[in-house]
Amino acid sequence: MRLIAATIAPIVLVTAFPAAAQDHAQHREQTVQADPHAGHAPTPPSGEPTHAADLYFDPAEMARARERLRIENGQVITSAIVIEHLEATFGDDEEGYAWHAQGWYGGDIHRFWWKTEGEGAFGDKIDDAELQLLYSRAVTPYFDVQAGFRQSYAHGEDRADLVVGVQGLAPYWFEVGAAAFVSTEGDVTARAEAEYDLRLTQRLILQPSAELNLATRDIADLALGAGVTDASVGLRLRYEISRRFAPYVGVEWESALGETRNIRRAAGDDIETKRAMIGVRTWF
Amino acid sequence: MTWDRRTLLKLAAGGGALSALQPLLPAWAQTMSRGVAPTLPTLAGPDISLSVGHTPFQLGGRTGHAVTVNGTLPAPLLRWREGQNIRLAVTNTLDEDTSIHWHGILLPFQMDGVPGISFPGIRPGQTFVYEFPVRQSGTFWYHSHSGLQEAMGHFGPLIIDPAGADPIAYDREHVLILSDWSFLHPHEILRRLKVSPGYFNQQRTTIAGLISGEDRMGVAERQMWAQMRMDPRDISDVSGAAYTYLVNGHSPQDNWTGLFQIGERVRLRIINASAMTNFNVRIPGLPMTVVQADGENVRPVETDEFQIAVAETYDVIVQPREDRAFTIVSEAVDRSGMGLATLAPRPGMRAEPPPLREVPNLTLRDMGMDMGAMDHGAGHDAMDHGDMNMRDPSLAPPNMAVGVGVQSISPAPENRLAERPMGLENVPHRVLVYTDLIALTPNKDPRPPSRTLEIHLTGNMERFMWGFDGRRFSELVEPIRFERYERVRVTLVNDTMMAHPIHLHGHFFELVNGHTGHQPLKHTVNVAPGGRLSFDLTADNPGDWAFHCHMLMHMHAGMFNIVTVRPLDGPSS
Repeated sequence: MRLIAATIAPIVLVTAFPAAAQDHAQHREQTVQADPHAGHAPTPPSGEPTHAADLYFDPAEMARARERLRIENGQVITSAIVIEHLEATFGDDEEGYAWHAQGWYGGDIHRFWWKTEGEGAFGDKIDDAELQLLYSRAVTPYFDVQAGFRQSYAHGEDRADLVVGVQGLAPYWFEVGAAAFVSTEGDVTARAEAEYDLRLTQRLILQPSAELNLATRDIADLALGAGVTDASVGLRLRYEISRRFAPYVGVEWESALGETRNIRRAAGDDIETKRAMIGVRTWF
Repeated sequence: MTWDRRTLLKLAAGGGALSALQPLLPAWAQTMSRGVAPTLPTLAGPDISLSVGHTPFQLGGRTGHAVTVNGTLPAPLLRWREGQNIRLAVTNTLDEDTSIHWHGILLPFQMDGVPGISFPGIRPGQTFVYEFPVRQSGTFWYHSHSGLQEAMGHFGPLIIDPAGADPIAYDREHVLILSDWSFLHPHEILRRLKVSPGYFNQQRTTIAGLISGEDRMGVAERQMWAQMRMDPRDISDVSGAAYTYLVNGHSPQDNWTGLFQIGERVRLRIINASAMTNFNVRIPGLPMTVVQADGENVRPVETDEFQIAVAETYDVIVQPREDRAFTIVSEAVDRSGMGLATLAPRPGMRAEPPPLREVPNLTLRDMGMDMGAMDHGAGHDAMDHGDMNMRDPSLAPPNMAVGVGVQSISPAPENRLAERPMGLENVPHRVLVYTDLIALTPNKDPRPPSRTLEIHLTGNMERFMWGFDGRRFSELVEPIRFERYERVRVTLVNDTMMAHPIHLHGHFFELVNGHTGHQPLKHTVNVAPGGRLSFDLTADNPGDWAFHCHMLMHMHAGMFNIVTVRPLDGPSS
């Protein structure tokens, strides 16, 4: 839980952070310069070609090849679709499903990132679902800053938010993320998540996870009260048939907290849920 | 009957009955080889035609897609003679650009075969004619410098016979070209590493290994590595989970066999043409005398095992005196697999291959941390590195970009040239170290270096980013400039936990290993994790040259730069 608290702290800073991070990163990328260690090294004498091979081959052809060489040595563009959870859930009085997935397209620093999660009961409408479309920028060796939009559906209503967040790898190999959401109504909510892979064997992996949600003020439409609104803790045990395909079993406990707990209790909603699940983790 | 060199020449000239049986392998790489003839007529100079194309490659009942030269994997053995003028017409039958780089060969820069530096590359359907005088002798190799074609089979051995008498006496020779084959396309291997850096590592520490003790690592040490977000088992990025380790294109099951007559001095020319695998090479029961490294003769030194990094070559002499088979073991440094071949007096023999040894654990030295300063008292204290900053920008050269791509900066990188390579620290036999290498002939340039240059090898293993001084080549870095004929001491500092075989084109550098005046000449040097080393370079070959890590994925991820040597005009040395 200390860990979760630690991941929430950045949320406060998050609105100021991206601009600063961007400046910093731009500065870094622009400070490409001659090697000062080579300060005593010669500068090319006048009359010498910048690119020696231009003396022997068509300079236009060489320019094309140089650009290709540049791209081939460092500019690696990748994409991934990671389905963290795709599961059937078995709760106190209902059976349902849930998913949690993310992916990206881009280079080492700049990426288009998307995330989606949601859940519902079998034979009923989706309870809630969301899709985030984000610009993600690597700002430290382990952390990315992300900003974009979220379209969500919950309590029978569609909502739209601006998103600003951080995601990365904390010491001790905790995968963590935190994000703030500002809705078109002006509501501000936030979410922090953490998970950890405990390798029992090379293939059998126990994954504890936790999530904490907050709201800055009461949001009647969502039955949320100001402060910490709810938390969940999960434990999933997966078996990696391959690194990219791992079925799992798990349990998850979720509870409304603080003022939200009172609001939900008054409305006769569940304030605590426990569920078991079976599912699969896979990526492409 | 003795298979001496003259007999072998006749045999080779006699034609390819064996070739007909195994069309995908050149004669010297056939499953059973009597030995390489001094000259293979179709592949010797001065005029050689090579054709790059797609070829299906079969292994263990599966068929993969290879990029090959003249349809074989490995590519044909090329045999040149020192002093010869060589002409190589290379035709591209691929639907993408290709190239051939002559690894370790001293030649005019425009013949070096690196698209975007030496020449524009060879476009589909085109033929490019390389032509240059052969100024050296020894064991070398050649490979594509376009994309990741080398990882798909586009590599072959190259032997240059000396103009005069060979100071190395031998009765028979075999080429052993080591490689790592995967049915996964190299771009897909790279993508998986970007998504999940430990993807191919099936030997990570586990709770089961903690309980059983098999991990040889206690809780405190695990916590230390976890706190640093470093994996103490991250020895090779790509492992036997993806690779089959080949010798002359043969899997361990295929068992490539080289023949000998008892008592003969057999020269083994060993080339590591892998994309991503450093090997430990040994022949249980047979001492090896190292006589050449990277094509340059060294004072003979006898050993039982040596590490060969990607792109290095070693020539050893063995003298089997027993009527039995010997196994040539090329074990991947992460112990996830091995290549196997056999030396035998007759075909069909095989010695029992040894089992894989246990995977090494990385230590704080591999993080460039000074164990001596930290090991004050109990073992637990040694692990308490909380005060040590593993990414202190003040330890970086002022020009280094300490950004996303720099996960750590070695706080106290040590010269590790006299140390046994990783995983061989405690093996119960002799192991070659870099300080054992002494050039056979005196170094040509006695001048002390006029300046020094420090280059940091940097990376972020979590993002699989690699570079020099914190920058990927794609970020439009400045080239490394040398004045023609200047003598520079270049120091490489490894800020990462992985080994990096660094290769400079167009030159040999002298490894500064304590043998002043006889420093060994190398074209590739493996910089140990967390280590530092220096080489002296006389920049005597004008032009533009590639300088890069020869771990192909590291190069492709950015650990690459251009070296310029100017002026272009002027008297030759």
